[in-house]
Amino acid sequence: MEKKKVVVGMSGGVDSSVAAYLLKEQGYDVIGVTMQIWQDEAEYVQEENGGCCGLSAVDDARRVAQRLEIPYYVMNFKNEFKKSVMDYFVAEYLKGRTPNPCIACNRYVKWESLLQRSLSIGADYIATGHYARIAQLANGRYAIRNSVTAAKDQTYALYNLTQEQLAHTLMPVGEYHKDEIRAIAEEIGLMVASKKDSQEICFIPDHDYAAFIERETNGNVPPAGNFVTADGKILGQHKGITHYTIGQRRGLGLAMGEHVFVTEIRPETNEVVIGRSEDVFSKELEADNLNFMALADFKEPTRLLAKIRYAHKGAMCTVERIGEDRVRCVFDEPQRAVTPGQAVVFYDGDYVAGGGTIC
Amino acid sequence: MIYLDNAATTAVAPEVVEAMLPYYEERYGNPSAVYDFGNKNKNAIENVRSEIAETIGAKPEEIYFTAGGSEADNWAIKATAESLGHRGNHIITSKIEHHAVLKTCAYLEQNGYEVTYLDVDVNGMVRPEQLYRAIRPTTILISIMTANNEIGTIEPIARLGSIAGRHGICFHTDAVQAYGQIPLHVNTMHVDMLSASAHKFNGPKGVGFLYIREGKRIPPFVHGGDQERKNRAGTENVPGIVGMGVAAKMAYQTMAERQEKESRLRDYLIYSVLKEVPLTRLNGDWKRRLPNNADFCFEYVDGASLLVMLDMDGICASAGSACTSGQKEPSHVLTAIGVRESLARGSLRLTLGANTTREDIDFVVEKLKNNIQTLREKVPEYQNYLEKTRKAK
Repeated sequence: MEKKKVVVGMSGGVDSSVAAYLLKEQGYDVIGVTMQIWQDEAEYVQEENGGCCGLSAVDDARRVAQRLEIPYYVMNFKNEFKKSVMDYFVAEYLKGRTPNPCIACNRYVKWESLLQRSLSIGADYIATGHYARIAQLANGRYAIRNSVTAAKDQTYALYNLTQEQLAHTLMPVGEYHKDEIRAIAEEIGLMVASKKDSQEICFIPDHDYAAFIERETNGNVPPAGNFVTADGKILGQHKGITHYTIGQRRGLGLAMGEHVFVTEIRPETNEVVIGRSEDVFSKELEADNLNFMALADFKEPTRLLAKIRYAHKGAMCTVERIGEDRVRCVFDEPQRAVTPGQAVVFYDGDYVAGGGTIC
Repeated sequence: MIYLDNAATTAVAPEVVEAMLPYYEERYGNPSAVYDFGNKNKNAIENVRSEIAETIGAKPEEIYFTAGGSEADNWAIKATAESLGHRGNHIITSKIEHHAVLKTCAYLEQNGYEVTYLDVDVNGMVRPEQLYRAIRPTTILISIMTANNEIGTIEPIARLGSIAGRHGICFHTDAVQAYGQIPLHVNTMHVDMLSASAHKFNGPKGVGFLYIREGKRIPPFVHGGDQERKNRAGTENVPGIVGMGVAAKMAYQTMAERQEKESRLRDYLIYSVLKEVPLTRLNGDWKRRLPNNADFCFEYVDGASLLVMLDMDGICASAGSACTSGQKEPSHVLTAIGVRESLARGSLRLTLGANTTREDIDFVVEKLKNNIQTLREKVPEYQNYLEKTRKAK
């Protein structure tokens, strides 16, 4: 029987390097690929900028591939990334929302585009170095769960993967402890430094989102407007809605004698609503752009754990279907800074049940 | 492995390696030294200078060794612009030049020079009348490549050169892709400067030359020692220059024979691909093209994926020039000859070498046909096209 072919997305870091090694050991025909997504051709991205997808990553990954004796290619996904991630990021901010570009990148670039290109060149699977596991459940559906040993959550940003994508994905390091992976790397002589994880947005290395949006739109951004209270009292001038996110306290430039926070962004009136700490808490949210993973649907009100942003610990809630592509989620306890544009991800036990975009 | 990327670089001929080796281990002396052990290497260099000069109908003192084609292009253009800046600030080149020329011109534009980038026709040919019309009283330099590295089109250099000559304008040609492939003569071509690179004709990498016509004084490019008659400082790359000499000699001895054989194989390749793979376009001129170049665009095909598939079949090829692979924009050359973007994304360049056989071609065509079919099956636009043609029938 011919060996199954798998394309491994390689960043040059330990995890994806060992992933490639493990798959080769398991008898797959392994092809290493580094995705070029936003850097200029000649621009070397410094390690402090996260380095997950920089061109120095290409040099590292190429070295690893040679060491593992697997073919290696750099593939260009800049057009897909621009369209599905950068343009989406800007459009969301212009609507007064706070997007999560990593989720869009995973779904449309790292999975959809890479998988499509991999399948078209004859591969059967794609693989990554995530500390997560994909299982086919009793109901026949594929779902992701965090590897028990993962230091941090690796599932939140993957909730939007389709069943088709999961069926063609392997995550070999999910079976191991991080220390074991390091030991394997050392054992097989992979001289790879552990890359710093970037929590920031890779294509905005200086973290100045507002300036990025201004550049991308040629200055065509919403103008300055009013800070208002929930009942409409004008408190001062804001710099334009793209500068703010829900729950923000710093950089408001308001002297109110107490800590105040952004509680709402109103693109239609160009207002940023300011309130006290307790005003940032919400008991419920609605979400659309739904994706179902472990569960085929939420037909009945369902008790699940919800995470409303990457760093959120998760909170119990009841999820109920209220429309064709809409759910309502009522928390047991009010949650801080429910932010439109971010994802809400539901967990059924260890598994990602599904999720959507907060409205 | 079947290597069909000889426009990117070539294998160093065994005779070349053999000639170079003694200059690493035994005759390593510095040619500028006083003692015999060193200065006898000067003779080795000067012999090569004569041999190279002879291949293009030049005098030995008109040949300057460089560290390759890009350096020769940079030198020719920057130094001419600098030395003739008092007479004018206008440079004429074409839209399909190698980046060593285009980016040098762009750099000069930032420094107050004006550059006209001539259009080319659908086959990539620069039209002499267009060059004629572009000339201004302030034009100080014209630089047009001898043959294009991507689509293989051979430019009408003699006609362009004589136009430049009649206006008394300095004429440079980037012959990196042409030297060693087709006969070149600096007088019949009417060129004042000509760049070439050894690794394109089975010589070593990192060495090339610039021909500068006697009497055209252009300032030095690398300042320092007295090497290359004070025009290009730096201890000579003796092994490289010796290797280039042998490679040049071999290239010219075998040129007629290779041209005959390679162009026959090339035509066989072109006809086979056009016959076997539907929705294919040949880029460049059918007749006036380098003997080893075949360049195609395939509709509904992602060129990058095709290269990966060919590599997995043991075939080395490229999409456009090796220097531009990995860029998101389609090649400037294909854009200039009017290939629309969607088609330009499916480009493939196959460049034959002395060892390419008919069996190689058959194998490659077979793989091309299968891989392209596999890639197209996944493309919705291709399915739409099939649907439409079915309905039309």
